Amino acid sequence: MTDAKKPDTPRTEPVQSATFTKSVNAEIRRAADTGIYDIRGGGAKRSVPHFDDLLFLGASISRYPLEGYREKCATNVTLGTRFAKKPIELDIPITIAGMSFGALSGAAKEGLGRGATAAGTSTTTGDGGMTEEERGHSKMLVYQYLPSRYGMNPDDLRRCDAIEVVVGQGAKPGGGGMLLGQKISDRVADMRDLPAGIDQRSACRHPDWTGPDDLEIKILELREITGWEKPIYIKVGGARPYFDTALAVKAGADVVVLDGMQGGTAATQDVFIEHVGIPTLACIRPAVQALQDLGMHRKVQLIVSGGIRNGADVAKALALGADAVSIGTAALIAMGDNDPKWEDEYQKLGTTAGAYDDWHEGRDPAGITTQDPELAARLDPIQAGKRLANYLKVMTLEAQTIARACGKSHVHNLEPEDLCALTIEAAAMARVPLAGTEWIPGKGI
Amino acid sequence: MTTIDITEQGLRYLNETLQQQSTGTNQKEWDIINPRGSHAIAVGLDAPIQVTVNGSTGYYCGGMNKQASITIKGSAGPGVAENMSSGMVVVEGDASQYAGATGRGGTLVIRGNAASRCGISMKGIDIIVAGNIGHMSAFMAQKGNLVVLGDAGEALGDSLYEARLFVRGSVKSLGADCIEKDMTEAHIKQLAELLERADMDADPAQFRRYGSARQLYHFDVDNVSAY
Repeated sequence: MTDAKKPDTPRTEPVQSATFTKSVNAEIRRAADTGIYDIRGGGAKRSVPHFDDLLFLGASISRYPLEGYREKCATNVTLGTRFAKKPIELDIPITIAGMSFGALSGAAKEGLGRGATAAGTSTTTGDGGMTEEERGHSKMLVYQYLPSRYGMNPDDLRRCDAIEVVVGQGAKPGGGGMLLGQKISDRVADMRDLPAGIDQRSACRHPDWTGPDDLEIKILELREITGWEKPIYIKVGGARPYFDTALAVKAGADVVVLDGMQGGTAATQDVFIEHVGIPTLACIRPAVQALQDLGMHRKVQLIVSGGIRNGADVAKALALGADAVSIGTAALIAMGDNDPKWEDEYQKLGTTAGAYDDWHEGRDPAGITTQDPELAARLDPIQAGKRLANYLKVMTLEAQTIARACGKSHVHNLEPEDLCALTIEAAAMARVPLAGTEWIPGKGI
Repeated sequence: MTTIDITEQGLRYLNETLQQQSTGTNQKEWDIINPRGSHAIAVGLDAPIQVTVNGSTGYYCGGMNKQASITIKGSAGPGVAENMSSGMVVVEGDASQYAGATGRGGTLVIRGNAASRCGISMKGIDIIVAGNIGHMSAFMAQKGNLVVLGDAGEALGDSLYEARLFVRGSVKSLGADCIEKDMTEAHIKQLAELLERADMDADPAQFRRYGSARQLYHFDVDNVSAY
């Protein structure tokens, strides 16, 4: 009553908590309502130190640049030079990461194969085996060897171009997978030797080896089965990159694939994606350090993935010591995932273009992360392949533009000395100086 | 009969030679001597040949086998006949852990005991063990048959799918979602065929059958304590 008499009394402005934000509170209510954690696809959405926190210095009086459009800047990369009789020769240092048939439609896998092949690079199978679509349309196909061993067989091992032993992935280091029943069509079920329509768990550990000593023997077996022809990659999630890289080398890897926390997954718990594993930026230097300490840098190739979006990201990863990068989420977006043209349908699903991440539910308006024939028919694999090839070409041109500006005749000649950091965190993780200083946190200078 | 001495001729020569045999090969019988626990012996074979390994083997003997019949006159290390899709692998001694892991077809016969995780994630293979099997056997087993004439260790058939488990002796404990099921005439007939294939003399009527309760096929928050 007192207030009513004095309407002009100043009041405290309502303040939203920085701790209990609207989205935090919504998640608490959702958890209270359902009693189950949130499952989604994709990688970490939170803001973490990333390649955007690095800048190239470019040429100046002490460094001279190369002429754009005139002086050559090569982009080719050879993977698997350590033991494999038939290393993979890529035209560009950007590969397509493993994504399963099951998580993606057959047409989406075909589109990835077409795009990668047109761009002169490789694509990768996923947890669910090799399909004819992707083998037929991929000039170079990496065959994943996963804990579930869904669809694994010696004939596909022999008709792939490289084998990737998957230990973990950046979205969920230490986690397995779950493909929900609604995505288990008869074809998916048949490839996985399981009844249609039931939830399928993918194990988090391999069934027949534990630890680096066993892994070495497992790799021996795979090489014996394939006549020592195929490069063997070991893929790990960003957890302990120095030790994981060193142990992968010890176990006999030709290539180490290192996936940071921004790397996507088809489906796992949101809490896993956002709170387990380290950012891609933080993975690279420890891994390169391990390779250098063992005298294996450039002998065992390093592929980095997780949040690669453009040619600048590619150039920065290479400058920090990677031999190539891998893209998954970006490739899906190039093909049409989360396109605003489907906004009406995203709204019906309770989301919006750009934020759609319920890939595990199989109702993807863009027809990519689905096994529903009607939705899948929305994706034309030929058109999707062209879009992906265009995007890969742009990324490559961008990386070359930067490399030339730094005076490099090959993108692999980029080096940490070409970089500086915008933030102290990025400077510490990337081990390059804070812009305008000589300070690398942790280097004791 | 062709003899290959692993110590003298090497693993690469052994596997390359055996892998080169075609379906119509005349060289049907192969004798492997001096295995000395080597890993990856006779892996990736794909021809109807008979391979006898005279001694014990290391990891993954007979891995990814197709068509071939491999007999190990000794004991086998971890992962014997892993991911096999057809043919037959016989271990005359004992088998270490994960025997027949992810096997998709064919027959694995173990005349001794098998260690833990026998038949883990099996996808269609038939495994017959004369002795006992260790803990967590048939974990996440999808398809195929596991026959045990002796006893089974703890957590048999944890999280299994459609594989059938037949055990004559005791079962220390069943894993999540694994239950005892009725033995029908059809099951007894099938078991008799499996025992005959493995050349094992046992009365099918003495076995109990275990399989999936199918309660964990769809994620349900009410089952969360079982996961």
